[in-house]
Formats: sequence, structure tokens, C-alpha cells
Amino acid sequence: MYLRIAGGGDSLKKGIVFNIQRYSIHDGPGIRTTVFLKGCPLNCLWCHNPESKRKSREIFFYKNRCLKCGMCIAICPQNALSIENNGIKTDNKKCIFCGRCAAVCNTNAREIVGVEMTDDELMKEIKKDCIFYEESGGGVTFSGGEPLYQYEFLKLMLKRCKLAGIHTVLDTCGFVSEEALIGISDYVDLFLYDIKLMDDDKHKKYTGVSNVLILNNLNKLDELQKKIFIRIPIIPGINDDENIEMTGKFLNKLKSIEKVCLLPYHKIALDKYKRLNLDYNLADTEEPTEEKMEQIAAVFKQYVKDVVIGG
Amino acid sequence: MNERIKILRQKSLDEIPCISLERAEIVTETYQKYEGTVSIPVLRALVFKELMEKKTICINEGELIVGERGPSPKSTPTYPELCCHTLEDLEIINSREKISFKVHDKERKIQAEKIIPYWEKRAIRSKIFKEMSREWKECYESGVFTEFMEQRAPGHTVADDKIYKKGFLDFKKDIEQELEKIDYLNDIDAYDKKEELNAMLICADAIIKFAQRHSELAKEMAKLEKDEKRKAELFRIAEVCENVPANAPRNFWEALQAYWFVHLGVITELNTWDSFCPGRLDQHLYSFYKNDIENGILTEDEAKELLELFWIKFNNQPAPPKVGVTLKESGTYTDFCNINNGGLKIDGSDGVNELSYLILDVIDEMRLLQPSSNIQLSRKNPDKFLKKACEIISKGWGQPSVFNADSVVEELLRQGKSIEDARCGGTSGCVETGAFGKEAYILTGYINLVKILEITLNNGVDPRRGVKIGIETGDPRNFKTFEELFNAYKKQLHHFIDIKIKGNNIIEKLYSKYMPSPFLSIIISDCIKNGKDYNSGGARYNTNYIQGVGIGTLTDSLSSIKYHVYDNKNISMDELLDALACNFEGKEIIRQMLLNKTPKYGNDNDYADNIMQDAFNAYFNEVNGRKTIRGGVYRINMLPTTCHVYFGSVTGATPDGRKAWQPQSEGISPVQGADRLGPTSVIKSAAKMDHIRTGGTLLNQKFSPELVKNGEGIEKLAHLIRAYFKMDGHHIQFNVVNAQTLKKAQKKS
Repeated sequence: MYLRIAGGGDSLKKGIVFNIQRYSIHDGPGIRTTVFLKGCPLNCLWCHNPESKRKSREIFFYKNRCLKCGMCIAICPQNALSIENNGIKTDNKKCIFCGRCAAVCNTNAREIVGVEMTDDELMKEIKKDCIFYEESGGGVTFSGGEPLYQYEFLKLMLKRCKLAGIHTVLDTCGFVSEEALIGISDYVDLFLYDIKLMDDDKHKKYTGVSNVLILNNLNKLDELQKKIFIRIPIIPGINDDENIEMTGKFLNKLKSIEKVCLLPYHKIALDKYKRLNLDYNLADTEEPTEEKMEQIAAVFKQYVKDVVIGG
Repeated sequence: MNERIKILRQKSLDEIPCISLERAEIVTETYQKYEGTVSIPVLRALVFKELMEKKTICINEGELIVGERGPSPKSTPTYPELCCHTLEDLEIINSREKISFKVHDKERKIQAEKIIPYWEKRAIRSKIFKEMSREWKECYESGVFTEFMEQRAPGHTVADDKIYKKGFLDFKKDIEQELEKIDYLNDIDAYDKKEELNAMLICADAIIKFAQRHSELAKEMAKLEKDEKRKAELFRIAEVCENVPANAPRNFWEALQAYWFVHLGVITELNTWDSFCPGRLDQHLYSFYKNDIENGILTEDEAKELLELFWIKFNNQPAPPKVGVTLKESGTYTDFCNINNGGLKIDGSDGVNELSYLILDVIDEMRLLQPSSNIQLSRKNPDKFLKKACEIISKGWGQPSVFNADSVVEELLRQGKSIEDARCGGTSGCVETGAFGKEAYILTGYINLVKILEITLNNGVDPRRGVKIGIETGDPRNFKTFEELFNAYKKQLHHFIDIKIKGNNIIEKLYSKYMPSPFLSIIISDCIKNGKDYNSGGARYNTNYIQGVGIGTLTDSLSSIKYHVYDNKNISMDELLDALACNFEGKEIIRQMLLNKTPKYGNDNDYADNIMQDAFNAYFNEVNGRKTIRGGVYRINMLPTTCHVYFGSVTGATPDGRKAWQPQSEGISPVQGADRLGPTSVIKSAAKMDHIRTGGTLLNQKFSPELVKNGEGIEKLAHLIRAYFKMDGHHIQFNVVNAQTLKKAQKKS
């Protein structure tokens, strides 16, 4: 099981976090802090957080910030860096992501993605905005990647947040063992549960995994009467066809779904792919029009009461 | 917005500001006639009388609230007794790209032949620059501080509810009573009191006359008017102006017109800073509104129309033309009338009423440069009120700004105001706290805190001018600890505040002696009771402010030095000072380290925020509690208007990575781009300042439209504001603009 990966060593007390977003207003009720945990079992074609996929550290390279001062080359213990015409070239085979280059880079052209944090350290960050949570009915949202990919750490964090009286949201793709999901479900006030495609072949094709476990888990949470918002990315040409109707029908059978959020595909992530030196496969896909989104929402409204476009 | 408002609003927007020398001529003639034969307060009252009796008046097409400061809308008077413009000044005013006023040849001729010969040496501005010490002038030249009163009068105050309860005939009775009470046997100030009170009497008669002239004009116009509807309106105007401000207003319309005459009186008597302001408008007008509605003589639409016509009157009066440093520190046509909405009632209960909501509608529809508008938000005010304000804010034209009514009360209480006076107070100008109608709270000038650090780093020398204006606190290269540096900064700060206040003491005396304001004194408690002018400490409360500028840049600069020079030894003081001296020329890598690898204010980071607190406390301790010669106390507030740009333009490169001559941070906002963790972090950092010990702080927050595009986003904005105010934040204003619009605007300018 994927989840067991998170079981060993010091990972119980340390998580790897790639972003902490404060004043996050699209990831659940109120003003929230969203903690992005690194690592994901899926490999969605449209992923807008490509830096979230790998569990280990990575390095963002912002070419436009680089002054070619060479400090990173001098400090690299692996000799993985060299200067070339357009900036600094990284030999990915040599790089061990130690982060020394990022530490000495005065322009932040090199930035470490994925910081190891203890539960204490992360709690300190989360608690910083308590006054805003209290005022707005907000709290913390764990997102990713797939936060359950760091199961032990996540469970610890959720427990600690509940102890501190902080409202918790878990944004999950659902591709986890049933026992893990149930294991944390007592500490989650609201699930943001992602559904991408109903057709399993297509699901495998575009996300790299089967949807059987995902849909079963959703059924399970529904049986347990957990509070759930369904989130569906709308990717033109991939899941905006008969899949909409199919998803609606599936959701119609569930009882605990409070809301469906339709997330229109966007290209904001393009820069991130560049920074990681990765190819982006959906460069030609257009963002769906508002009209199209309204149409899709209308279909869903036949099956679910509360349908919103966006967060 | 109805058709009438649409037309008049557009007219006000299209009108081009020009200079009118009518006021200057009347003032000069009056001085020539009476100077030396009457006391100064009476002379000033006679000037006011002549103005009210002789100035050209007009009733503009379609309007219902009447009266202009100049002969026509946006025709702007000058105040030669305060600032006598040279012909060169007039040319600059006429031709400058921004904040210009048309100056016609006729006006230039009058200025040259009549105004300059009389006022050149008599104007307050000339007197001030003659009296200031060499060291004061050096500091002024270096841009260590500005001087608010060098071409505009103190003012800085706001009306309370007394003009809605009493007419000027009633005020006259009060004045006469005090005249009778004067003890000529034992009171050494008896003569001064008599002259001041007599001056007030002259002014009271003058403002009544001014209103009567409008009444007569309205009647004449009505007789000639063909349109029956307009004819009736003109007769109504005549009736209103016949009654107010001689008597207390009887209805909503009269209440607005009464205020407007008072407003014109204050801004015609002298060129007061922040013009004048009705303050808590929804509180003052509510009883009239309610009565009129109940009695069926006013509808909600009519009330709204009158308010909108009232709004347009403000926009017709641009701030009189400024020159020199005063223009740089306050480069705008707006005259900072800032209407307060919401807040608390005198008994401490929720002040929001139906009119508060109606006024929000007016704010939303009018979108004029003037008047500014704000909500005073108390924890007792309903969320619905805040939400409605947030909806307007989300539309992205910067208003209304939001103030913490509970903090304002606490600030005023700390300063020794009574609880009732505090609750009836509010904020004016940009963000300044005041006990409305009872306090002279004078802003005396901005202080360039960042420049003082620069001078500290140069052992007392202003490197831009190569002049030693500070004291020798030692070569920073020899400082062993950050504390040594910070102590040196505090010594320099003390030195410069001393110089500033020495100057203030003279300037205050000049106004007290030569430029009393008997009309303003009638309406600010307790000038009548004390028989003392507003400019001489007659008000119930007297406060002087020095406004601190650049706390963000100062904090980040100190943080850079502490972090890189002392704590981590990434760079020596010598290297840092070299980099600053050459404006980072060839030292970009060092600059990038200072920019990107330093704990910065605005990120809820205690390393930087603790430094901010130390810098704030150093400034507070230096200024707060010093005595003013009017019997008041010095306080601080933290606001810049546009002075952070001017102060930036005279300040070299700074240790936070800012290049020479670039703007400094604004108000208590972080340095532009230094806050990287979003609005909650900015707010947390800003709230670590002790707002209660100030008389106002200014926090501007840029917000992407994406964050407030729907009801949920707007609700979260409201929560954000409530949370800031829970932490005692004083003020927050949102500029909802996207990055692209900002970039475009920057290119244009």
C-alpha cells in the first residue's frame, strides 16, 4: 500500500511541507491556513502543483531572477551545477537536493521546494492565524499532493489541531487504504474529496491509477456520514463530456455530500513546470469559458443541491 | 443616481480648477483699511465680515444646497496673509503637470500690483522662514521634517452636533453672556477675552449675512425663473437660507445647508489644513431624517438626492494651491474632508441607523475625489453594516476606509478625554483621531525617520548635501553591537525632535498672535467659554502631532543591519556603508541579499516585528507627552499622505536594499513587496504596534479582485477587518486592483 511508505524512520514526527498558504479562502469555510504536504500517488496530466508529486525535496529554478553570480556553483558539494548560456544548468543525476545552492542564492532564483518540519514547528505556523480562524469560522486545511501520503504525520497533525480547537479540512484524492481514511476521519471536520473521472480506463490513462478505490472510499465516508464537499476539476476534452452526467448520477446516490465545487482548468501552473524543467502536456488546452462552466453546473444541479463554480 | 445628480456630478468632474484673487483683494483692502486701528482678532473678524458681505456668490443650475468658497465651482481663492505667492509660483501652479490651477493674466497683474507689495513680508510664511533658526532651515532643506503651517493654517478639526442644535443667533447670546462675565479687575486676560469675543460676534453676524445674501439671490432668481418646478425650488432655497445658520435647522434640508455655510465660513476665514468636516454625519442628521420621514415631508429618495448634492459641493472645493515642500508632502486636490459613518452613540450604544446605510449608497454612487468617506466600525455595529461597506470596497475605488471605533475611543481616553467626548469623536483627514467639536488637534509636520537613520550611519552628516546637521554619535564602523547603533539613532532622533519642536513653538506663537480664527472659535468648544481663540489654546483639548513616516523602511533597514552585520556577520559595516554610498552600483549581489535574505516587517516574523516595536517605542517616547505652548500635549501618529515619496526622494540608499531617491514605505504598511505571506501576516505584524498609544495609523493593503469576487470573498474580507480590530488595529484601507492595472498605471505616471 502507498500509505505504508510514510511509516518508517522519523517521519512520524516530521513531515515534508512544500507550501503554507495563509489567508487561504478557497479551501473550506472561513479564513484558513492551507498546509501543502508533498508527495502524491496520482500523476494527473493537468496537475497544477507539479512540485507536489514527488515526496522528496526539489529545487525550483527561476531563470529570470538569476544573476549568474556563480555562488551556487561554488557551494555545490556534488558539482552538479554549471554555467551555460541561459543561466545555471543542473545535472539531475548528481543533485542530491541538499539545498545549499538555494541558501546562498541572494536573488532566490534557486528555491527549495519541500521543507522538513516537526509537528511542533508546523503547529506554530498554523496557530499564527488562530485569531482569524476564530473570527471567521475558519481553520486549517491539509492539501497536497496527497496529504494522506504522509499518513502518520498527517494523523498526528490532525489530532493536535483538534486538541487545539482548530477546525480541520482534508483535501484528498481518496486513493488511500480504507483503514487509513477511517483512521483519520475522526479528526477531520470536513473532507474536500476530489473526483476526476468515472470511466476507469480513462482514469488510469489520465491519472495513472484506477478509480475503484477512490469511489469505494467515498462510499465508505458517505456511510459514516462524514461532512463532504466534492471537488471536480473540469478539464476540457478530458472529463467535460458524458462524464459530467455520470458523475452527477453517482453523487446522487450519496447522502453526505453537502456541496459540489467545480474547479475550472487553468494554466497558472505553466510557470511551475518551467521552474522544475518539466514538460507540460496540456499547453494547448483552453481554459473553459464561464458559459461552459455554467452549463456543466446546470447538469450537476439535477443531482446535487448545492453546486458552485470555484473553491 | 437621478438625472439632476448625474448632470451636476459630471459638471463638477469636468470643471477645471482655477485661481481667483477675489478673496486676496478683499483681504488686502480690509487690512489696508483697518490695520493698526483695531486689535488683531477684530481685524481678522472684519476681514471675515468683508468677505462674507462682498464675495461673489452664486446659485448653480439645478442645485439645492448652495454656496461656493470661490466665485464659482473650483474657482479657488488664495490666502496671501498665510502664503503670498510669487509670480513664479503662479506660473508653476498654472503649468505644472499635476495638481495645476489655471491662472489668468488678470490675476497675475493683481498679484503683482496689489497683493505682493502688501503681503511679501507680512505673510505668515515669510515670518516663519525669517524666524526659523539656521539649524531648523538646514533640517528642512535636508528633508528631515516638513512644516505643515508654513503655508496653511492649523485647523485640523471637525464639527460636532452643536450647529444642529443652535443657530448663530444662539451662539451670539452665549458670546454676549461671556462678555458680561469678564472680570476687568482681576483677570489679566480680560482685554484679550473682550477682543476675541467681540471678534466672534462680528463673525456670527457675518455668516448670517452671507446666508441672507443667498436667500435674496434665490428669490431674485425665482422671480425670473420660467420653469415652475425650479421656481419652487429656488423659493425653498430662499426660505432655507433665511433660517439657517441664523437659527437652528428645522429639517433635513436645513441641517445640510446649515453645515455647508459653516463649512464655507471655516475654509474662507483661513486656509485650514484638512479644510473642515461634518464628522459623524449619520449621527447628526438622523433625528432630522427620522422626523421628516415620519411627518411625510421627506422621502428616502429626496434625502439621498440632498446628500448627493451635498457631496458635490465638497468636490467643487479643491485644496487651495500648494507650493514647495507642502505640495510634495500632500500632492492632491483633495482637501481631506473625511465623512464618518457608523460608530458609537454618546451613551456607548451602536450608532448605525438607516441613514448610515443610505450614506453608504451615496458613497457608492458618487465616487468623487471629495469628500473622502469612512466607516467607524465598532464591535457593537452589525455585521450587515460592515458587509455593505465591504461590497463597496470590493468595487475597487479605495473607499470607504475602515476605522476601529472602539480603538478610537480608547486612544482618546488615553489622552484624557471624557468618555462622552471620546464616543462622539472619530477620525479626520487621513486617519487622525479627534474629539470632534472640542479639540484642536494640530498636525505640525512629518518626520523622516529613515533619514535620521541615514544621518546616524553617517555620524551626523546628511550625505546627500554633505552637510553636518546631526550630532556626532560616532562612526558606525566602530560600533560593537546593534544596541550601540540603535542608541546612536535614538540620540539623533532626540536631537531632531528638539529642533522641530523649537520651531513649532515659534510658529504656534505666530498664529496665536497674528492669525486668530474667531469664526472657527465659535463652533469649537470651549473657545467661547474661555474667551480664547482656537489658535491660542481656546479649545477644550489641545494636541500637537508629529507624524512618523517610513516605519517599514526603517524597520527593514535596522533588521538588515542586525541580521547581516551583527548576528550573522554576512557583511561588515564597512562593506554595507560602501554599498549604500555608491547606491549599490556594482553591488547588486549584496543588494539582493539585503532584499531577499533578511527578516522583513509584514511577515508576522518576530525578529523584524520586534525591531519595529523598538523603533516605534523610541519614537513614541521621544515625542509623546512633551508640552505645547498652547497648553496641550504632543502625540504621535503614523501616516504619510504623499510624504513617503518626498522623503524617499531626499534619502539615499538604505540597508533594506532600497535604492536612493526611491519612495519609502507608506504609513505603517510594509515596504512594497517585502510582505510575502499575504494579508493575515501583514495584519499580524501591523497589530504588534501599539495603536492605542497613537492618534492614528494608516495601513493600506493591496488586494487582488480575485479575493473579493463573490459574496464569500467579501464576507472573508469583513472577517479579516474584524480580526485586525480585535487586535486594536486603528485603520485599514483596501485598494482592490490587479497587478496588471497597477503596472499600467505606473507606466502612465
